[in-house]
Amino acid sequence: MKRDFFGLKQELPQGRRMGLLLASFLLPLALWCVVSYTPWLWHPLMMVDDPGEVEAFIAGDAVPRADFARENAATVELGLQPATGHPVNPVYLPAPHEVVRAFHTAFTTEPRLPGEPWLHQSLWHSIQIVFWGFFLSSLVGVPLGILCGSFRFFSRLIEPFIEFFRYLPAPAFGALCVAVMGIYDAPKIAIIFIGTFFQQVLVIGNTVRKTDPSLIEAAQTLGANHRQIVTKVIIPASITDIYNDMRILLGWAWTYLIVSEVVGTTSGITWFINQQARYRQFDNVFAAIMMIGLIGFLTDLILARIGRIIFPWQRGANAHGQKGILRRLLDWRAEHIRKYHSQPRLSTQPAPETAGLSAPAAVEPSTLPQHD
Amino acid sequence: MIDLADYRQQSPEVAARFARIKERPVTLEVRGLTKSFPSGDRPHTVFADLDLDIHRREFITVIGPSGCGKSTFLRIAAGLDEATAGVIRLNGKEVSGPGPDRGMVFQGYTLFPWLTVKANVMFGLKLKGQSSITAEENARTWIHMVGLGNFENSYPHQLSGGMKQRVAIARALANEPRILIMDEPFGALDAQTRTKMQSYLLQIWKKVDITILFITHDLDEAIYLSDRIVVLGTNPGGLREIIENPVPRPRSTAQFLTPEFLAVKARLEELIHPPAVVEDDEPDLLPMARMTRVLDDVE
Repeated sequence: MKRDFFGLKQELPQGRRMGLLLASFLLPLALWCVVSYTPWLWHPLMMVDDPGEVEAFIAGDAVPRADFARENAATVELGLQPATGHPVNPVYLPAPHEVVRAFHTAFTTEPRLPGEPWLHQSLWHSIQIVFWGFFLSSLVGVPLGILCGSFRFFSRLIEPFIEFFRYLPAPAFGALCVAVMGIYDAPKIAIIFIGTFFQQVLVIGNTVRKTDPSLIEAAQTLGANHRQIVTKVIIPASITDIYNDMRILLGWAWTYLIVSEVVGTTSGITWFINQQARYRQFDNVFAAIMMIGLIGFLTDLILARIGRIIFPWQRGANAHGQKGILRRLLDWRAEHIRKYHSQPRLSTQPAPETAGLSAPAAVEPSTLPQHD
Repeated sequence: MIDLADYRQQSPEVAARFARIKERPVTLEVRGLTKSFPSGDRPHTVFADLDLDIHRREFITVIGPSGCGKSTFLRIAAGLDEATAGVIRLNGKEVSGPGPDRGMVFQGYTLFPWLTVKANVMFGLKLKGQSSITAEENARTWIHMVGLGNFENSYPHQLSGGMKQRVAIARALANEPRILIMDEPFGALDAQTRTKMQSYLLQIWKKVDITILFITHDLDEAIYLSDRIVVLGTNPGGLREIIENPVPRPRSTAQFLTPEFLAVKARLEELIHPPAVVEDDEPDLLPMARMTRVLDDVE
């Protein structure tokens, strides 16, 4: 079958898929490099490195190039030391290498004032806030969602109000939370709770409602009562989907972090970002923002991996479902090895790379003798 | 057209067998069963006043065109739906909801995907309060009986369709129900697997004290498997006929071309697919432009 790049709903060959995966990260990076490393493109400002004896300039200021040249010319005419600087873009976008460097230096730089937290302490504080907000929300939200999904009674009783409440933006409760819970961590956790909880009940309720009704009927004809159907059929049947919902909801919780951390006393990674922005160390700001993304991404990757281990029956479904980037990279590598180094004896069994990745108990269906 | 034997004619052995069956106690008793759905001003009746006695260890098939209510009937018997009127009694006790005394096998494979084959079969046993050890022993017996001894630790997604359905049968039978209700259980299987599953089912039925109520729309399947065939119809819905199947037991696929088999099949065809009434608004020929050249040698 002929396959082109723009086949409608057609899966692309493995090589092209990998190429596009890399491109999806490399293209933005390339754009970033272009605007950072080409001073003649989109660099309308001059960053003042050393103001010299120009009165109007302060180190770290960005001024229009024309102003910079005029002031310098005037200063030279007066016989004074001119300012030095370099061209920058107007969004304070640091160059990629500066951000990469900041990933290291941000951790090793001592806080400016004694008593201020190091970056790793700020990050840890943020992680704790997200964890507690999400944990407390799940503690109530998951059972409530399961109840709503299982029994129409709870669904009709609870969901209309939650449906209304979820439209109230969580940050709007900031002032109220501070008034009730003080200025430290409690109101921040409360904001994340409010932001997560209402979505959580609805999302999990929906997922649970989608349980295959024929499984419930099968259990009924095997003699299960209502309680047993919930605990032995509905929950196990939807647990993998609930788990995936939780991964998405955890992402939501992270998005509420920044808002919650400016409530009361600013703390955590938000404090670090605000502080660095004030010092105009935008490389640190960008690094910190990316760290949030990386933490979220890595957490999700780890949770996806854990999910595959603790839900072994799902492996069949996973084979054509969503795969994480790491998994796809490994699959791709395994396929390449198989394609280019395979000998006849290898072609009948999976390459060692893939065999090592399978969950221990699972046997691939194709290796089972067929009795029918 | 060949001359077919009368489908009501039974050899002495078959007649004697039916006499013996009728002497057995009634397992499932259907009396005046009516099901209607509200639709518009007058309710749509699926079937009305259905009476049926299913005797112990009898194999009954319900057959009919789609929409005849055969699945509805079966769901009422299983307790998953409610009848508008009438009762169903199992061993004299009125059915009022699903229960472990009626095992059920569905067309869709309703195995619990998070449980292994063994755990699936143990599901009902543990609900009954059997200890894990007893339940495991019993489950093993049934898994071996359906020939899946090597697969007790596999998950359903690792099994083929036929194997899944065998597990579903084992799971239903392990509960030791009085009657096994099967809703087009082999409908989703390919023809070859289906034939195999049919003979498996007959083997199991021979070994186990179980009454089977089987739903299908496949005529061959109905004749091959059952003692009596209950034919339901549509427009108006309801019972058409109960055929006492003259094909002798033990059954084999070689009987598909015997006179008795063909006679029953012809009768079923007649009942289920009656000669079409010509309707005026359906033209006999399609309005088609001529797509071949005039000189081409076509009919």
